[in-house]
Amino acid sequence: MTLNEQKLGVKCRIKAVNGKGALRRRLLDMGLTPKTEVMIRKVAPMGDPIELHLRGYELTIRLEDAKNIEIAED
Amino acid sequence: MIFALGGNQNCGKTTLFNQLTGSNQRVGNFPGVTVDKKEGEIRGHKDCTVVDLPGIYSLSPYTNEEIVTRDFLINEKPDCIINITDATNIERNLYLSLQLMELGIPMVIALNMMDEVRENGNTIKINELQELLGVPVVPLVASKNEGVDELIEIAVKVAAGRIKPMRQDFCSGAVHRAIHGIAHLIEDHAEKLGISPRFAATKLIEGDEPMQKLLRLTDNELDMVEHNVTEMEEQLDTDREAALADMRYTFIEGVCSKCVIKKGESIAHRRSLKIDSVLTNKYLAIPIFILIMLLMFYLTFGAIGAALSTVFSMLIDGVTNLVDSALTAYGINPVVHSLIIDGIFAGVGSVLSFLPTIVTLFFFLSILEDTGYMARVAFVMDKLLRKIGLSGRSFVPMIIGFGCSVPAIMASRTLSSERDRKMTILLVPFMSCSAKLPIYALFTAAFFANHKPLVMIALYIMGILVGIICGLIFKNTLFRGNPVPFVMELPNYRFPSAKSVGMLMWDKAKDFMVRAFTIIFLATIIIWFLQTFDTRINVVTDSADSLLAAIGKAIAPVFEPLGFNDWRASTALITGFSAKEAVVSTLAVLTGGSDASLNTALHQMFTPLQAFSFLTFTLLYTPCAAAISAVMREMNSRMAAVGVVVFQIAVAWLAAFVVYNIGGLIF
Repeated sequence: MTLNEQKLGVKCRIKAVNGKGALRRRLLDMGLTPKTEVMIRKVAPMGDPIELHLRGYELTIRLEDAKNIEIAED
Repeated sequence: MIFALGGNQNCGKTTLFNQLTGSNQRVGNFPGVTVDKKEGEIRGHKDCTVVDLPGIYSLSPYTNEEIVTRDFLINEKPDCIINITDATNIERNLYLSLQLMELGIPMVIALNMMDEVRENGNTIKINELQELLGVPVVPLVASKNEGVDELIEIAVKVAAGRIKPMRQDFCSGAVHRAIHGIAHLIEDHAEKLGISPRFAATKLIEGDEPMQKLLRLTDNELDMVEHNVTEMEEQLDTDREAALADMRYTFIEGVCSKCVIKKGESIAHRRSLKIDSVLTNKYLAIPIFILIMLLMFYLTFGAIGAALSTVFSMLIDGVTNLVDSALTAYGINPVVHSLIIDGIFAGVGSVLSFLPTIVTLFFFLSILEDTGYMARVAFVMDKLLRKIGLSGRSFVPMIIGFGCSVPAIMASRTLSSERDRKMTILLVPFMSCSAKLPIYALFTAAFFANHKPLVMIALYIMGILVGIICGLIFKNTLFRGNPVPFVMELPNYRFPSAKSVGMLMWDKAKDFMVRAFTIIFLATIIIWFLQTFDTRINVVTDSADSLLAAIGKAIAPVFEPLGFNDWRASTALITGFSAKEAVVSTLAVLTGGSDASLNTALHQMFTPLQAFSFLTFTLLYTPCAAAISAVMREMNSRMAAVGVVVFQIAVAWLAAFVVYNIGGLIF
């Protein structure tokens, strides 16, 4: 399962961050590393991007990029 | 001694920089890019300069901001890094700290926002943290100036004593073996360049191309590096980049579990979630955003700004009259008199009347930025701008463009990526600015009295459409390649500090004044010269004989395909370069000087279709001198400024041509 398919407000853990280049590195740098707990807090009014909660702070990423993040529910 | 101030975005870096330096600041650009480089003298230490580095989250080699920071740290070799971190978000903030520590440059960590940590009922054990990290940690509250003196004292001591971070080992197992193996392998290359072998090794493991090039490894050495990396990847069953990110976060988690005692949930965080339940609410977010923008516009261009502008104009007029009568009394040469009054005072005066608007606008903008609302705007509006390759962050400058292109272009400074910034600057002038309104008003009243609002709205929409088309073209030409990923922090809402807001307003006002008295000054004198003299450099009595009119006549045929080849129209367009309002006043002067004669003349000069073609051209052609100088400043390039002028004139010509010819088929 990937993060874009996850329901709102449900905690899950990251299994892997796929993709390559600047985007992937940025996701890793912002703390989306394997085993990190993450939750989708909100979807923007126009349906995209999404707001994540992880490591005690809020991060926003686009749905398309969330497809690269594999997750497993706790 | 040189101090480098580095840290994440939204951790109070600007506030700390202002506290460290007071008003003693210089703003410039890092070489080759338009990334702000602010420098200042540390208060009480004349020989200490602090350089404010861009706000970044990592030393990866992808964004210009990150590259600039790396290059600065590697090439300029500052005496000490002051790494500011947000104590309420320590886990993610330390991620950059670990990378900075690997550089082997003396370093201090400034742990900001300690007041919030205390209010939340949490504790951070500073001594243990220093011990585990191997660098001095100074707790402080930058916004309240708490702990800043201690920070300065310790930073100066660390720099003077060349006290390097004690620890560079955050790794274990396979990563440890790889880093040490590679560090050993490339030690000679790195030391020759004065780079820490540790830093070089971790960057090589991450697959960092700039580092590979910098070190000039032989093929053999590169093979060995890759061999080490592959071995590590196999043992960990993960890839190189994830392995190192994971290594750092694992180490940080360990440190935090020992040093951070979390009792309460963050008050600021909880408050932010509550505010966001309204401001980024599914149904309320967009209406609220529109309301805020309308209010800002009303206050800037209506209530406050207009009042300030009036007062300011009265002041300028007062001074002008004073100088005018003094010069008359002195009996100075009438040409010099005209130069001073009609040229310099009128020209610079009209530009300076923008100043209150700019200052007021930046007052609101800096509040929106500092509170954290701008990040929410980006979140809410991102989807709209994505198609043209921009992110939601560019939305606000675009909207300000409807008021005035000058502050809009200046506001693009807050965009965190250079690519987005440049593209936004190029698109802002297509948003029809308020100075063009008098032109629209004049023409719609004369030609489209029954459809005034319709024609006005059509013009605005046309500007936006052309902007979108140009955006799509830029995306696939000038700004091809990958846009900077939209992975953005939504910081907690915070109360803006009066000092930061004041400093920003002062900065922008100063910046604009400098330009008003240099480039805009020059532009107004040139226009004055062209208006005052004829081809034999005699003072003209009839404005139809002036050099400007001669140029207008010469270029008039260019507009033939657009439906208007009257020299008065082309002359008015030229004066529009100094300020758009001048188009109306020039037309009035050239047609006899009264409203009635202007109206009659307009009907002689244009058919309604030709008038609409003229309006289309006016809407899209080159921005005024003030806006062009803002482009030059923000893009840090004269070529770019010239490019904008040429490009926009070409677009305007093309659009008016299409409008006139297609319109001709229909009507």
